[in-house]
Amino acid sequence: MDTAFYIAGIIAIISAVAVITRRHAVHALLYLTVTLLALAVAMYALGAHLAAALEVIVYAGAVLVLFVFVIMMLDVRAASRPYGVRLSRPGTWLGPLLLAAGLLAEMIYVLWASPEPAPPIQTVGAKQVGMALFGPYLVGVELASMILLAGLVAAYHLARRSMGASPVDPAETHDRQGHNGRDREKED
Amino acid sequence: MPTVPLEYGMLLAAAVTLVGLTGVLVRRNLLLLLMSLELMLNGAAMAFIVAGAKWGQADGQVMFLFVLAVTATETGIALALMLRFHHHLRTLDADRGGQAEPPGGTKG
Repeated sequence: MDTAFYIAGIIAIISAVAVITRRHAVHALLYLTVTLLALAVAMYALGAHLAAALEVIVYAGAVLVLFVFVIMMLDVRAASRPYGVRLSRPGTWLGPLLLAAGLLAEMIYVLWASPEPAPPIQTVGAKQVGMALFGPYLVGVELASMILLAGLVAAYHLARRSMGASPVDPAETHDRQGHNGRDREKED
Repeated sequence: MPTVPLEYGMLLAAAVTLVGLTGVLVRRNLLLLLMSLELMLNGAAMAFIVAGAKWGQADGQVMFLFVLAVTATETGIALALMLRFHHHLRTLDADRGGQAEPPGGTKG
Protein backbone atom coordinates (compact mmCIF):
# COMPACT_ATOMS: atom_id res chain seq x y z
CA MET A 1 0.00 0.00 0.00
CA ASP A 2 2.88 2.35 0.73
CA THR A 3 4.35 1.86 -2.72
CA ALA A 4 0.95 2.60 -4.27
CA PHE A 5 0.84 5.89 -2.37
CA TYR A 6 4.32 6.95 -3.48
CA ILE A 7 3.77 6.03 -7.14
CA ALA A 8 0.37 7.75 -7.21
CA GLY A 9 1.84 10.82 -5.55
CA ILE A 10 4.62 11.14 -8.09
CA ILE A 11 2.16 10.66 -10.96
CA ALA A 12 -0.13 13.30 -9.42
CA ILE A 13 2.65 15.89 -9.17
CA ILE A 14 3.95 15.23 -12.70
CA SER A 15 0.50 15.46 -14.26
CA ALA A 16 -0.31 18.55 -12.18
CA VAL A 17 2.76 20.25 -13.67
CA ALA A 18 1.56 19.13 -17.10
CA VAL A 19 -1.87 20.72 -16.47
CA ILE A 20 -0.43 24.19 -16.04
CA THR A 21 2.08 23.90 -18.90
CA ARG A 22 -0.13 22.53 -21.71
CA ARG A 23 -1.18 24.98 -24.37
CA HIS A 24 -4.27 23.12 -25.54
CA ALA A 25 -7.20 23.23 -23.09
CA VAL A 26 -8.34 19.69 -23.84
CA HIS A 27 -4.85 18.29 -23.24
CA ALA A 28 -4.70 20.13 -19.91
CA LEU A 29 -8.10 18.67 -19.06
CA LEU A 30 -6.85 15.14 -19.74
CA TYR A 31 -3.86 15.71 -17.47
CA LEU A 32 -6.19 17.13 -14.82
CA THR A 33 -8.19 13.90 -15.01
CA VAL A 34 -5.00 11.89 -14.48
CA THR A 35 -4.11 14.09 -11.50
CA LEU A 36 -7.49 13.52 -9.89
CA LEU A 37 -7.34 9.78 -10.48
CA ALA A 38 -3.84 9.62 -9.02
CA LEU A 39 -5.00 11.57 -5.96
CA ALA A 40 -7.89 9.13 -5.63
CA VAL A 41 -5.41 6.22 -5.63
CA ALA A 42 -3.35 8.02 -2.98
CA MET A 43 -6.47 8.48 -0.86
CA TYR A 44 -7.32 4.81 -1.25
CA ALA A 45 -3.82 3.86 -0.18
CA LEU A 46 -4.28 6.03 2.91
CA GLY A 47 -7.39 4.07 3.88
CA ALA A 48 -9.93 6.74 2.91
CA HIS A 49 -11.99 4.54 0.64
CA LEU A 50 -15.16 6.64 0.55
CA ALA A 51 -13.22 9.78 -0.30
CA ALA A 52 -11.37 7.97 -3.10
CA ALA A 53 -14.63 6.78 -4.64
CA LEU A 54 -16.19 10.24 -4.38
CA GLU A 55 -13.08 11.83 -5.89
CA VAL A 56 -13.52 9.66 -8.98
CA ILE A 57 -17.31 10.00 -9.18
CA VAL A 58 -17.74 13.70 -8.41
CA TYR A 59 -14.48 15.24 -9.61
CA ALA A 60 -13.39 13.08 -12.51
CA GLY A 61 -16.98 12.21 -13.37
CA ALA A 62 -19.05 15.35 -12.93
CA VAL A 63 -16.81 18.40 -12.64
CA LEU A 64 -14.59 17.50 -15.57
CA VAL A 65 -17.59 16.68 -17.76
CA LEU A 66 -18.76 20.23 -16.98
CA PHE A 67 -15.41 21.51 -18.25
CA VAL A 68 -15.76 19.44 -21.41
CA PHE A 69 -19.24 20.89 -21.99
CA VAL A 70 -17.95 24.44 -21.67
CA ILE A 71 -15.02 23.78 -24.01
CA MET A 72 -17.52 22.41 -26.52
CA MET A 73 -19.75 25.48 -26.15
CA LEU A 74 -16.82 27.82 -26.60
CA ASP A 75 -14.57 27.79 -29.60
CA VAL A 76 -11.85 25.23 -28.91
CA ARG A 77 -9.25 27.53 -30.44
CA ALA A 78 -10.37 30.43 -28.28
CA ALA A 79 -10.30 28.19 -25.21
CA SER A 80 -6.74 27.14 -25.97
CA ARG A 81 -5.19 30.52 -26.70
CA PRO A 82 -2.48 31.18 -24.09
CA TYR A 83 -2.96 35.02 -24.03
CA GLY A 84 0.68 35.40 -23.05
CA VAL A 85 2.30 34.78 -19.72
CA ARG A 86 2.53 37.98 -17.75
CA LEU A 87 3.76 38.30 -14.20
CA SER A 88 3.22 41.57 -12.41
CA ARG A 89 6.15 43.62 -11.13
CA PRO A 90 8.14 42.02 -8.29
CA GLY A 91 7.24 44.92 -6.00
CA THR A 92 3.63 43.81 -5.90
CA TRP A 93 4.18 40.21 -4.88
CA LEU A 94 7.55 40.17 -3.13
CA GLY A 95 6.21 41.24 0.27
CA PRO A 96 3.37 38.70 0.46
CA LEU A 97 5.75 36.04 -0.86
CA LEU A 98 8.30 36.64 1.91
CA LEU A 99 5.64 36.66 4.61
CA ALA A 100 4.05 33.47 3.25
CA ALA A 101 7.50 31.84 3.10
CA GLY A 102 7.84 32.55 6.81
CA LEU A 103 4.55 30.78 7.47
CA LEU A 104 5.65 27.86 5.29
CA ALA A 105 8.93 27.49 7.16
CA GLU A 106 7.00 27.49 10.42
CA MET A 107 4.64 24.76 9.17
CA ILE A 108 7.53 22.60 7.94
CA TYR A 109 9.25 22.99 11.29
CA VAL A 110 6.10 21.98 13.18
CA LEU A 111 5.52 18.96 10.93
CA TRP A 112 9.06 17.65 11.00
CA ALA A 113 9.97 18.41 14.58
CA SER A 114 6.82 17.07 16.21
CA PRO A 115 7.82 15.78 19.65
CA GLU A 116 5.82 12.53 19.62
CA PRO A 117 5.53 10.05 16.76
CA ALA A 118 1.94 9.81 15.59
CA PRO A 119 0.29 6.36 15.42
CA PRO A 120 0.27 4.48 12.10
CA ILE A 121 -2.40 5.32 9.55
CA GLN A 122 -5.81 3.81 10.18
CA THR A 123 -8.54 2.95 7.74
CA VAL A 124 -11.64 5.13 8.13
CA GLY A 125 -14.67 3.33 6.75
CA ALA A 126 -17.72 4.75 5.04
CA LYS A 127 -19.89 3.88 8.05
CA GLN A 128 -17.72 5.93 10.38
CA VAL A 129 -17.88 8.88 7.98
CA GLY A 130 -21.64 8.59 7.68
CA MET A 131 -22.08 8.50 11.45
CA ALA A 132 -19.98 11.65 11.81
CA LEU A 133 -21.68 13.35 8.87
CA PHE A 134 -25.21 12.89 10.18
CA GLY A 135 -24.26 13.25 13.83
CA PRO A 136 -22.16 16.23 14.85
CA TYR A 137 -21.89 17.62 11.31
CA LEU A 138 -25.61 17.67 10.46
CA VAL A 139 -25.67 21.47 10.28
CA GLY A 140 -22.78 21.33 7.82
CA VAL A 141 -24.72 18.94 5.60
CA GLU A 142 -27.69 21.31 5.59
CA LEU A 143 -25.40 24.22 4.73
CA ALA A 144 -23.83 22.19 1.91
CA SER A 145 -27.27 21.49 0.47
CA MET A 146 -28.06 25.21 0.64
CA ILE A 147 -24.84 26.22 -1.08
CA LEU A 148 -25.50 23.67 -3.82
CA LEU A 149 -28.99 25.10 -4.33
CA ALA A 150 -27.59 28.63 -4.40
CA GLY A 151 -24.99 27.52 -6.94
CA LEU A 152 -27.68 25.96 -9.11
CA VAL A 153 -29.77 29.14 -9.11
CA ALA A 154 -26.74 31.36 -9.74
CA ALA A 155 -25.41 29.22 -12.58
CA TYR A 156 -28.83 29.15 -14.23
CA HIS A 157 -29.22 32.89 -13.88
CA LEU A 158 -25.73 33.69 -15.17
CA ALA A 159 -25.80 31.29 -18.11
CA ARG A 160 -29.07 32.66 -19.48
CA ARG A 161 -28.60 34.52 -22.72
CA SER A 162 -31.50 36.93 -22.37
CA MET A 163 -29.74 39.08 -19.79
CA GLY A 164 -27.93 42.27 -20.78
CA ALA A 165 -26.88 43.24 -24.28
CA SER A 166 -24.75 40.29 -25.25
CA PRO A 167 -24.27 39.79 -28.97
CA VAL A 168 -26.71 36.99 -29.65
CA ASP A 169 -27.86 35.56 -32.92
CA PRO A 170 -31.53 36.68 -33.34
CA ALA A 171 -32.61 33.29 -34.67
CA GLU A 172 -31.10 31.63 -31.63
CA THR A 173 -32.87 34.05 -29.30
CA HIS A 174 -36.17 33.26 -30.94
CA ASP A 175 -35.41 29.60 -30.53
CA ARG A 176 -34.79 29.92 -26.83
CA GLN A 177 -37.75 32.17 -26.14
CA GLY A 178 -39.88 29.15 -25.35
CA HIS A 179 -37.62 28.41 -22.43
CA ASN A 180 -36.99 31.89 -21.14
CA GLY A 181 -40.12 33.78 -22.16
CA ARG A 182 -41.74 33.65 -18.77
CA ASP A 183 -38.65 34.79 -16.92
CA ARG A 184 -38.18 37.63 -19.34
CA GLU A 185 -41.70 38.89 -18.79
CA LYS A 186 -41.05 38.92 -15.10
CA GLU A 187 -37.90 40.93 -15.62
CA ASP A 188 -39.61 43.51 -17.79
CA MET B 1 -1.89 -1.35 7.27
CA PRO B 2 -0.28 1.59 5.44
CA THR B 3 2.58 3.28 7.23
CA VAL B 4 3.07 6.37 5.07
CA PRO B 5 4.51 9.15 7.25
CA LEU B 6 2.30 12.19 7.74
CA GLU B 7 5.03 14.39 6.24
CA TYR B 8 4.90 12.73 2.84
CA GLY B 9 1.14 12.99 2.61
CA MET B 10 1.29 16.66 3.55
CA LEU B 11 4.15 17.12 1.11
CA LEU B 12 2.00 15.71 -1.71
CA ALA B 13 -0.88 18.01 -0.74
CA ALA B 14 1.42 21.03 -0.56
CA ALA B 15 3.05 20.18 -3.90
CA VAL B 16 -0.29 19.89 -5.71
CA THR B 17 -1.50 23.13 -4.10
CA LEU B 18 1.70 24.96 -5.03
CA VAL B 19 1.55 23.75 -8.63
CA GLY B 20 -2.04 24.98 -8.78
CA LEU B 21 -1.04 28.32 -7.27
CA THR B 22 1.71 28.71 -9.86
CA GLY B 23 -0.86 28.02 -12.55
CA VAL B 24 -3.22 30.66 -11.15
CA LEU B 25 -0.40 33.20 -11.07
CA VAL B 26 1.04 32.43 -14.51
CA ARG B 27 -1.79 31.38 -16.82
CA ARG B 28 -4.06 34.08 -18.23
CA ASN B 29 -6.53 31.84 -20.01
CA LEU B 30 -9.65 31.73 -17.84
CA LEU B 31 -10.27 28.05 -18.52
CA LEU B 32 -6.76 27.02 -17.48
CA LEU B 33 -7.01 29.40 -14.52
CA LEU B 34 -10.06 27.48 -13.34
CA MET B 35 -8.26 24.17 -13.79
CA SER B 36 -5.38 25.45 -11.66
CA LEU B 37 -7.95 26.46 -9.04
CA GLU B 38 -9.27 22.89 -9.09
CA LEU B 39 -5.73 21.67 -8.46
CA MET B 40 -5.39 23.98 -5.44
CA LEU B 41 -8.69 22.81 -3.97
CA ASN B 42 -7.69 19.19 -4.52
CA GLY B 43 -4.43 19.77 -2.69
CA ALA B 44 -6.35 21.23 0.26
CA ALA B 45 -8.77 18.28 0.22
CA MET B 46 -5.83 15.88 0.16
CA ALA B 47 -4.42 17.53 3.29
CA PHE B 48 -7.74 16.89 5.07
CA ILE B 49 -7.67 13.24 4.01
CA VAL B 50 -4.08 12.75 5.14
CA ALA B 51 -4.74 14.31 8.53
CA GLY B 52 -7.94 12.31 8.98
CA ALA B 53 -6.19 9.07 8.09
CA LYS B 54 -3.31 9.85 10.42
CA TRP B 55 -5.45 10.19 13.50
CA GLY B 56 -8.05 7.62 12.46
CA GLN B 57 -10.88 10.15 12.64
CA ALA B 58 -13.77 10.51 10.21
CA ASP B 59 -13.64 14.32 10.38
CA GLY B 60 -11.06 14.50 7.61
CA GLN B 61 -13.33 12.78 5.14
CA VAL B 62 -16.32 14.82 6.32
CA MET B 63 -14.36 17.98 5.55
CA PHE B 64 -13.41 16.46 2.19
CA LEU B 65 -17.12 16.09 1.41
CA PHE B 66 -17.71 19.75 2.25
CA VAL B 67 -14.78 20.78 0.07
CA LEU B 68 -16.33 18.67 -2.69
CA ALA B 69 -19.68 20.47 -2.38
CA VAL B 70 -18.03 23.90 -2.39
CA THR B 71 -15.87 22.98 -5.38
CA ALA B 72 -18.83 21.72 -7.39
CA THR B 73 -20.72 24.95 -6.68
CA GLU B 74 -17.71 27.10 -7.46
CA THR B 75 -17.05 25.32 -10.76
CA GLY B 76 -20.65 25.63 -11.90
CA ILE B 77 -20.84 29.34 -11.15
CA ALA B 78 -17.36 30.07 -12.51
CA LEU B 79 -18.03 28.30 -15.79
CA ALA B 80 -21.34 30.15 -16.19
CA LEU B 81 -19.54 33.43 -15.51
CA MET B 82 -16.88 32.44 -18.02
CA LEU B 83 -19.49 31.81 -20.71
CA ARG B 84 -20.93 35.26 -20.01
CA PHE B 85 -17.42 36.79 -20.14
CA HIS B 86 -16.81 35.14 -23.49
CA HIS B 87 -20.15 36.30 -24.88
CA HIS B 88 -19.45 39.89 -23.92
CA LEU B 89 -15.76 40.23 -24.75
CA ARG B 90 -15.15 37.45 -27.29
CA THR B 91 -12.03 36.46 -25.39
CA LEU B 92 -10.98 34.34 -22.42
CA ASP B 93 -8.11 36.62 -21.42
CA ALA B 94 -8.43 37.15 -17.66
CA ASP B 95 -6.67 40.53 -17.88
CA ARG B 96 -9.30 41.91 -20.25
CA GLY B 97 -12.00 41.74 -17.58
CA GLY B 98 -11.09 45.12 -16.11
CA GLN B 99 -11.46 46.79 -19.50
CA ALA B 100 -14.98 45.50 -20.05
CA GLU B 101 -17.48 48.09 -21.17
CA PRO B 102 -20.80 48.00 -19.34
CA PRO B 103 -23.61 46.31 -21.26
CA GLY B 104 -25.23 48.84 -23.58
CA GLY B 105 -22.68 51.52 -22.69
CA THR B 106 -20.01 53.13 -24.87
CA LYS B 107 -16.32 52.58 -24.62
CA GLY B 108 -14.70 55.42 -22.67
